[in-house]
Amino acid sequence: MAGPSLALKDHWQEQRLFLSRIIAAGIIILLLTGLLAMRLVQLQIFDYQRFSELSQGNRYRIEPLPPNRGLIYDRNGIVIAENQPSWELIAIGEEIDNLQETLNSLEKLNLIDASEHNALRDLIRSHRGFEPVKLSNLTEEQAATFAVRRHRFPGIEIQEALARYYPFGEASAHAIGYVGSISLADLERIDRSEYAASSQIGKTGIERAYETDLHGRVGYRQQVVNAQGRVLFDPTVKAHAENVSNLIGGLESKPPVPGNNIVLSLDMRLQLAAQEALKDARGAAVAIDPRNGDVLAFVSTPAFDPNRFAAGLSRADYNALTMDADKPLVNRALAGTYPPGSTVKPFISLVALEHETIDPHKPVYCPGEYHLPGQTHRYREGKGGTHGPVDMHDAIVRSCDVYYYQLATMIGIDDMASGLKAFGFGAVSGLDIEGEKSGILPSPEWKRKRFARREDQTWYLGETVNTGVGQGYMLVTPLQLAHAEATMAARGEGHPPRFLIGIENGTTRAVKYLDPASLTRVAHNPEHWDFVRDAMVGVTSEAHGTGRAAMKGITYKVAGKTGTAQVFTVGQEEKYKEGDVDERLRDHSWFTAYAPADEPRIAIAVIVENGGFGADAAAPVVRKILEAYFAAEGYVASEP
Amino acid sequence: MSLANLEWGRTTGAGRWRPLGGLVVDVPLIVLLCLIAGVGGVVLYSALGADLGLLLRQGMRFGLGLAAFFVLSQVPPRYLRIFTPWVFFLGLALLLVVMVEGEIGKGAQRWLDLGVVRFQPSEILKLAAPMMVAWFMHERRLPPTFMQTVAMVLIVTVPAFLIAEQPDLGTALLVIASGGLTILLAGISVWVMLAVAIAGLCAAPVLWHYMHDYQRARVFVFLNPESDPLGTGYNTIQAKIAIGSGGLFGKGWLNGTQAHLEFLPERSTDFIFAVMGEEFGLLGLLLLIVLYLAIVGRGLYIALQAQDTFTRLLAGALSLTFFFYVFVNAGMVSGLMPIVGVPLPLVSAGGTSMVTLMAGFGMLASIHGHRKLMAP
Repeated sequence: MAGPSLALKDHWQEQRLFLSRIIAAGIIILLLTGLLAMRLVQLQIFDYQRFSELSQGNRYRIEPLPPNRGLIYDRNGIVIAENQPSWELIAIGEEIDNLQETLNSLEKLNLIDASEHNALRDLIRSHRGFEPVKLSNLTEEQAATFAVRRHRFPGIEIQEALARYYPFGEASAHAIGYVGSISLADLERIDRSEYAASSQIGKTGIERAYETDLHGRVGYRQQVVNAQGRVLFDPTVKAHAENVSNLIGGLESKPPVPGNNIVLSLDMRLQLAAQEALKDARGAAVAIDPRNGDVLAFVSTPAFDPNRFAAGLSRADYNALTMDADKPLVNRALAGTYPPGSTVKPFISLVALEHETIDPHKPVYCPGEYHLPGQTHRYREGKGGTHGPVDMHDAIVRSCDVYYYQLATMIGIDDMASGLKAFGFGAVSGLDIEGEKSGILPSPEWKRKRFARREDQTWYLGETVNTGVGQGYMLVTPLQLAHAEATMAARGEGHPPRFLIGIENGTTRAVKYLDPASLTRVAHNPEHWDFVRDAMVGVTSEAHGTGRAAMKGITYKVAGKTGTAQVFTVGQEEKYKEGDVDERLRDHSWFTAYAPADEPRIAIAVIVENGGFGADAAAPVVRKILEAYFAAEGYVASEP
Repeated sequence: MSLANLEWGRTTGAGRWRPLGGLVVDVPLIVLLCLIAGVGGVVLYSALGADLGLLLRQGMRFGLGLAAFFVLSQVPPRYLRIFTPWVFFLGLALLLVVMVEGEIGKGAQRWLDLGVVRFQPSEILKLAAPMMVAWFMHERRLPPTFMQTVAMVLIVTVPAFLIAEQPDLGTALLVIASGGLTILLAGISVWVMLAVAIAGLCAAPVLWHYMHDYQRARVFVFLNPESDPLGTGYNTIQAKIAIGSGGLFGKGWLNGTQAHLEFLPERSTDFIFAVMGEEFGLLGLLLLIVLYLAIVGRGLYIALQAQDTFTRLLAGALSLTFFFYVFVNAGMVSGLMPIVGVPLPLVSAGGTSMVTLMAGFGMLASIHGHRKLMAP
């Protein structure tokens, strides 16, 4: 049919073709309009009676049914988060006559908090009329108060519900997080119909990360209610169901699907030991199983009681928590960034050994301070004093700064940075909860990106010197350091840290255990691993070892390293003395360790803010965690 | 050919009436449009909860639409044709701009902010796509060859794909509908239509793969609205109750219980057809449908009277697209069609689509008003 495109258009034929198409279109239009009209006749004439009754007086209500939230277990099956029966005050927007007045009256009865008034009003208005909105949790007494006045509050009801309960309270706060009332912000990111019956949602930690698994699927039942909201027909009552199916053609119900239970890597015995050891301090402890990345303990102190959030924290109480100078809401374990101090030395030693920068057995003389050639600035020994001649082994055992000042300049910042990067410094470890900070691994490249002004971008040799002892720009999180330590313990065959190790189907109760995530391999010569391990064992066992006192009497080999992170810069001519500086400006105390040194099963990093020297405050915490772990494991150590 | 010319001369030469001097004013079209907007205003007043202020804003939008209508009525179709590729490619470029901004803003991005006004570039394509197809066939011989059909399909699907990516599936479907109707009017053979339909069926799984979760949910709920009574199905159920309880004569103006007890969602926008059904009954709805059909009829009459390929195809496509809008909305509200966010033209509250629609009618009026007395 195709002619050359330059051919003359045949207007007559074209018009006839067009006319036929228009006629066809006209016929289709009439047919579709007829279909629509028939549909309307069906709805408005034949089904008029049914729909009319539905709209007059008797209303059709769909009651959503909440799923039971999944439980959270530790690795030994101990329940960390469960559900307990409670009373909730709920509002059904479409049945309330005067919202403002109703809220005022409830406030007078002390059933809702005055500071929540406006937020609740907005929340009710933002829901569809039939969706129940939770106003508050009630004590038994409050429930009784309301029950006798119920008739005065159309649209307000008491509902028996399951509220989240955390039996370990503070000890689980930063790992598990908490659930809270669904806020307007939450509504933006969830499937609203799935939450039609739920009043709580995971806000932080595990509760948030595995919200989808824990929540389950909403169910519903259709009811016919009268104008006062009283249920006339309920499909779960058989007589009603038959009665009503004649009226509106059947009511349906669908049971909710309970959320899945999840099994965490945490061992609550270690968790409690760490929490107890840190309870009066500001600090954090993270313990990881180097064989699979399981996080065994994850503590940040001071903490808060997650049960208060689950029960509904008033605005005033919440503000008090955020204003607290000790910042209990900050998760220090993954969002607190600190200079690693001397804990970085074993890692730098590995880099030096790999690059054959130095003969590890050749002593270097430590006069107590270090000068860069041609400069007068003094890089001082952290604790003061002199070490005399030290080789690499001694430098780790005694934590000699001068040795590492010099070593850092010999390795050079680029090799040092790339060697440390392999252990995960300067990047998030990938733990499966939100909020992790990446810390800082300084390098000339990082500095160029970090600073906008050209003159700030220059890398100085002095910054290399500082990086050698984990000071200056370098920042790590306790989680990051524990992860690096675990990778060290596993001789480079590390796993990303993880909380989730298994999911139990909420209905069938079948448990599916997950394989650890793939390896993140750091390659080093076996002799080098041995060298650094032996030096770290020396830290806890040799006469001059900085961690010896804290680990005295332990029957298995512990590879450890102390660290002291400077908060306050001491003047060139002054000497740092603990008593002289304000408590908040005192050094942070670090201790990292893994044990048993020969076949490591646990790697730990602990920081105590303003705790002073690493062995003083942090090492005893590590010891308590180790004791809890090996007591629980029934581990019999071979004689050292 | 001479016979055809003669006929044109006879039907168009005599009795042309121009009330405002040299200006083109299509009286039947204006009367019908104002009637529908008037009926719509009455229903909207009720749906808005008897809020005169909100109704006035809708009146202003209609006024803006009327202005667009008058301006475009005066532009001779020749110029419309010359500008078509420019408008089309400008629209495509703006879609890309919006897309890139959306990438940066990490989220759905449909609006282009020009500082003074914000508008959706996808609205341009609702008119530009059928115009471009008509432009493409204007110099060519009808019916189109296979390769020409492929070209036209590309003209329609490329912008539709960009819009669907925003993601705005509703508007993408409208663009496909308006462009597709133009292609059908161009006279592609029945076999090609069948081939396209089969290809479309095969493409469905691919499309499904690229759909967003909420779009898939809509398809599911369409197939079985009662399966999601807490979500989208709720709208369908409540709309059916509203329409059905209206009966033959309706409950009377401002007396719709479903609408006023806030059972009916989106009652001033996508679901206003249900408000009309509840308050004015079957008779009210049928009257409204008759008014819509009259406009479509007027449009098709203009298309039949048009003198060249471009205007003929454009006028036909605009009229059929208008019917498509009405049918999709009414079908959706009464439960014949899936829930797609298509407003009821000229009645639903909202400004963007109103101006586009009236601009389209302006072109119809221009096509009719600028017919030549003599054959070209």
